[in-house]
Amino acid sequence: MDAAPASPAKISPKEGPTPLFGAYGIVKRFGSFTANDGVDLEIRAGEIHALLGENGAGKSTLMKILYGLLEPTEGVVTHKGDIVQLPNPEAARRLGIGMVFQHFSLCENLTVAENIALVMPKELAGKALADRIAKLGNDYGLHLDPSRPVWSLSAGERQRIEIVRCLLQDPSLVILDEPTSVLTPGEAEMLFTVLERLREEGRALLYISHRLDEVRRLCVRATILRGGKVVGACNPREETARSLAAMMVGTAVRDVTPRQGVAPGKERLHLERLTLPAPGLHATSLRDVTLSVAGGEILGIAGIAGNGQAELFAALSGETRAPSPDAVRIDGKPVGGLRINARRRLGASFVPEERNGHAAAPLMSLSENALLSRYATAPLTQFGLLKLGSARDLAKRVIDAFDVRKAGPDPAAGTLSGGNLQKFVVGREILAEPGVLVINQPTWGVDAAAAAHIRQAVIDLAARGAAILVISQDLDELFEIAGSISVLHDGTLSPAIPTAETSREAVGLLMGGSSDHAAPVGDLPLVHETAPVPVPAHAH
Amino acid sequence: MRLDLVPRTRRSPVLDILSPALAFVAAVLIGGIAVAALGVSPGQAFVTYFVTPLSEVWSLQEIALKAAPLALIATGLAFCYRANLWNIGAEGQFVVGGLVGGWVGILTHGAEGATLWILPTMLIAGTLAGAAYAMIPAFLKVRLGVSEILTSLMLVYVAQLLLDYMVRGPLRDPAGFNFPQSVGFDPAARLPYLMEGDALHAGVLIAFVAVVLATIVLARTLFGFEVRLVGSSPRAARFAGFSDARLTLAAFAISGGAAGLAGIAEVAGKIGQLQPEISPGYGFTAIIVAFLGRLSPPGILVAAVVIALTTIGGEGAQIDLRLPLDLTRAFQGLLLGLVLGANVIARYHVRFVPGGPSSRVFP
Repeated sequence: MDAAPASPAKISPKEGPTPLFGAYGIVKRFGSFTANDGVDLEIRAGEIHALLGENGAGKSTLMKILYGLLEPTEGVVTHKGDIVQLPNPEAARRLGIGMVFQHFSLCENLTVAENIALVMPKELAGKALADRIAKLGNDYGLHLDPSRPVWSLSAGERQRIEIVRCLLQDPSLVILDEPTSVLTPGEAEMLFTVLERLREEGRALLYISHRLDEVRRLCVRATILRGGKVVGACNPREETARSLAAMMVGTAVRDVTPRQGVAPGKERLHLERLTLPAPGLHATSLRDVTLSVAGGEILGIAGIAGNGQAELFAALSGETRAPSPDAVRIDGKPVGGLRINARRRLGASFVPEERNGHAAAPLMSLSENALLSRYATAPLTQFGLLKLGSARDLAKRVIDAFDVRKAGPDPAAGTLSGGNLQKFVVGREILAEPGVLVINQPTWGVDAAAAAHIRQAVIDLAARGAAILVISQDLDELFEIAGSISVLHDGTLSPAIPTAETSREAVGLLMGGSSDHAAPVGDLPLVHETAPVPVPAHAH
Repeated sequence: MRLDLVPRTRRSPVLDILSPALAFVAAVLIGGIAVAALGVSPGQAFVTYFVTPLSEVWSLQEIALKAAPLALIATGLAFCYRANLWNIGAEGQFVVGGLVGGWVGILTHGAEGATLWILPTMLIAGTLAGAAYAMIPAFLKVRLGVSEILTSLMLVYVAQLLLDYMVRGPLRDPAGFNFPQSVGFDPAARLPYLMEGDALHAGVLIAFVAVVLATIVLARTLFGFEVRLVGSSPRAARFAGFSDARLTLAAFAISGGAAGLAGIAEVAGKIGQLQPEISPGYGFTAIIVAFLGRLSPPGILVAAVVIALTTIGGEGAQIDLRLPLDLTRAFQGLLLGLVLGANVIARYHVRFVPGGPSSRVFP
């Protein structure tokens, strides 16, 4: 099937010159749910156009329509003024539309080069491809070893494949869905350089991000979606991060209330020279990791994806057991040899990075997912029988306390949007009132309002005396909530420094490591020139 | 032209129940065409296959006797398959259960005095033997990472040859004129008949109770939750604190035990002695039954009855209409394919998309 114009019909632009791509009156319904409701969008060559909106605002639907993954119920898409049909992604690609997905669709058992070859036209998928990947990677600073299997790569590295895969097709419009959500500030800087270059080459970019600072920095035009409708267009540079966020959520964003000097209690979580061999060929080994978190304290672990975060989380949770019991201590008790439920019974709770399939089972209902991590510590079973009513009650308490939006009384976890499922997962653990909470990437791919809610809940939990370890790649997040920060690099952990006594630049340098060939320090002029989301001393 | 499968966000319970029924109707229609092509009236064939067996007492009993072992084995297999463990060796576990349980019956042949303990001992011995035999592939998988598909399947032939050897050798009836069979069991070693003078024995009740128990276990117990969770999200199951190794052993023990119990129930019920062959392939047919019943115990019960019905009906068609037995097998295969296909349609929107093969996996 060809993506040739269906009819000679022309659509004249709303204003100014004919846009490269236009979407007019887009309506998309899923049953009774309207995801897009009369959306207009114009993207011009040589601009980075921001698409802003909360989770569930309809951004993904609109992107999928532009990429040919969904067909609109009503409305048209135009290319240089001509109406075009986009029945599938190939048609979109032939028109020069490329997409970098937030959630990767990669075959784990194939290598980097094979995954890229999968989407390339046959004539390009030959041996020269590996060289092109390497060259493109070098040119744009997206380092990839074409022969490595995907299962051995971290989330950040996997995203590089998605970006390279898209760029190899020389697109005239690149759609980027939350591209920096798994990147470090240094990696993000490199990406921004790439994006600026693509823009200067005359390409159009549609940029979706929750990170408003990035949008303000990169984009001069933004379209804001709320509830499936366009609620505004603006020049992000003339707005503040706060005013952009307010447009997105419709109300002023709740600020995270900073902690009121809680006096640290006694030590509750301790790692003593934990050394673990790498669980897989390309996984990271942990070396001599020592840390200590006291009650009331939040320790942030910064680091680039793939530097041992997953391994550290597994060692803390008990999914991987430590070589000696003393290597991990909870409230002074040696727990290195205990499994995850034994650690839960000692008052620990854990929130893994991956919501779907690790923290929650997507095909199971929310009440069964409440059971998942709580059956060992909450009265949800009796003589091996499930107390389904109690599980439903627990799920409902989490849903109410964390404002989880869902369809139906007890839907499958996989039907929730990312932000709502994350609120559910975090809420499930926080309502257990843990004495120790270990949380990995608490707000990955979560909209601003949900992220603020989660961070506030974490801060409040610490104020009630819990020791909290936050592993995050989002430096803004760590500086917002953590009392002190350590950096995980290549399986070793730097000593904790109080947040007040360090800077993003200093932490960023540690994240790069002094001997890391992949990300030399010189390439890491980190960071956000603009100020982070301002945190006033008082809450609204 | 390609097919895209888009998961339905909400699953319709009506469609879930209706889809296998529609698949059955479609299978009957296609089967009717095949019958007509063989020169037999489809209407007459339909009566012979599906009506006559249900209208006579003896054939109803035959259906129950065939369905019982199938349902019992398939219910056990559902625990394995739900947890993504592939026990293909139920036939072997069935044979070992029959052999070991039957051995008890042979050893107690002619026992005097209190004999009430004999039958329960046989059933327990058969169950434990089936479970123990299933432990071999389970243990090899847990310890050495050996594929349970291969080991469990290969052990079927070991079990069959072992039974053959025992019946021709150590367990042969000394007064049996060298026929390869054991002594006939005493009445105390036989499953009681449910109705005097009929073929229907208590094994049917055992299968029914097992289906009810399995339904409760899967839906209402922590262990059932574990089985379902491991099958749908193995990593989340580890996060929940469930151990892969423990579940592998448990699921194999359950399916092996169920198959072993079915084996001894067949030997102590229908057959009454040990022979070189004690199963017409129940352990393999039960795999079809398990998936035909979509791995839910009530569905398995229905599927077992349907398979038994077509088998009995097929025998009738062979005699009365001279239709080949292969037609019955082809029909059963067709039914399985259609039920699985209907299941996909119940769970996914199917979209025909023009153009080449998908180069972009739907995220």
